[in-house]
Amino acid sequence: MGAFLEEVNRRIDGVPIQRCYHCRKCSAGCPVAFAMEYNPNKVIKMIQMGKRAEVLGSSTIWLCASCETCVTRCPNDVDIARMMDVLREMVIEEGLGAREKKILKFHEAFLAGIRSGGRINEPMMIARYKMTTGDLFSDLKMGLDMFMKGKLSLISPKTKDMTSVRKIFDRTKK
Amino acid sequence: MKVSYYPGCSLHATGKEYDQSVKAVSRALGIELAEVNDWSCCGASSAHMTNYRLSVALPARNLASAEKAGLDVMVPCAACFNRFKMAQHHLRENGALKKEIEEIIGESCRGDLAVRNPIDVFSKDIGLEKLAEKVTRKLAGLKPVSYYGCLLLRPPEVCEFDNYENPVLLDKIMEAMGAEPRNWSCKTDCCGGSLTLGKTDIVIRLVDKLMTMAREAGANCLVTACPVCMANLDMRPREEIRLPVFYFTELMALAMGLPGPTEWFKLHNTDPAPLLKSLALL
Repeated sequence: MGAFLEEVNRRIDGVPIQRCYHCRKCSAGCPVAFAMEYNPNKVIKMIQMGKRAEVLGSSTIWLCASCETCVTRCPNDVDIARMMDVLREMVIEEGLGAREKKILKFHEAFLAGIRSGGRINEPMMIARYKMTTGDLFSDLKMGLDMFMKGKLSLISPKTKDMTSVRKIFDRTKK
Repeated sequence: MKVSYYPGCSLHATGKEYDQSVKAVSRALGIELAEVNDWSCCGASSAHMTNYRLSVALPARNLASAEKAGLDVMVPCAACFNRFKMAQHHLRENGALKKEIEEIIGESCRGDLAVRNPIDVFSKDIGLEKLAEKVTRKLAGLKPVSYYGCLLLRPPEVCEFDNYENPVLLDKIMEAMGAEPRNWSCKTDCCGGSLTLGKTDIVIRLVDKLMTMAREAGANCLVTACPVCMANLDMRPREEIRLPVFYFTELMALAMGLPGPTEWFKLHNTDPAPLLKSLALL
């Protein structure tokens, strides 16, 4: 039962999450808690109880916006934002599939953009995201407006030393 | 004063007017900006949400480049600023990680460079009095609420430049420009950030609340220092409650009589021209 907790703590490499005494300051201050099926402090309890499948299969871990309000206010310095990162990493590494698929697709499109040019070209990144999610038409007008205003361009300066950028991706690959 | 300058990806696209206004204001204040050599993306939220080592290595590549110049590095984008500070924090705290990251990026990264946000540089290095002296047209009648969002101030022991629950520097800069900043309790609330594409409904709910609270505080506009907050506040709220949103540097340029604001304002989704014309500021 303790294996899940131990793994999460090892990955966080900081304050053990069982230091949480459930004052719920994190959940009270969390801007996204209204959309989560488990409040942040409940995720901690579930990890302690070994509910691995429920936690890694939840929307909650993907909805966390990393605003860091929780860790800033936690009286016990539990790094809940980092905990959410760790849980997402576990889902990706174990190939479990994200409960919030579009959110992971966004991150993948973003990182693919860096890998290909060193810098994000926002319209190309969004196009890549839309192609993989099939969500082609939302925000179309907004995007076209920005093009018309000359805000977005399909071509933008790239990093010259792309070898070093690619190496970073290759060497940090799991 | 000379600093290194890291614009980041957004400032070349959706945050173009932030880049241009930071440059205009810096020039007018005698701050010389030297772009970080061959910079690459900081990885933003997507790196740290999916791959820890990547999220340290991407900023470290840029920090290593900036360290060669040896100057403080000015980072206007709140997300880039946060990732730079966070990477430095991890590199300082964890010797083994530092060694690993240096191997990944193929060069040394000390992690001790002063990473500065322009709010910090303008208000502390230049000083509020000097800023006020530069004003040629006071922003009378403009009542902004300062909106910092998350990434400039949290976590406080990493970001360390303004109060993390009730920051005041943006208000003070706006006061120095002759504006009448309104107090409110949402300065450091979250706009939903990168959820804007994957979970648009959440972002709409968050920015609707921010617009409603800004109106209740008696504000007629919002001022920010983050391209993600700007995009969400400028484009996502319900039409009927929208207020104009500005980068703080756009308003500084306007007050200091610098060229550019008229063109920058045309890039906004929520047109600020009617408000500024009604106050005879445009």
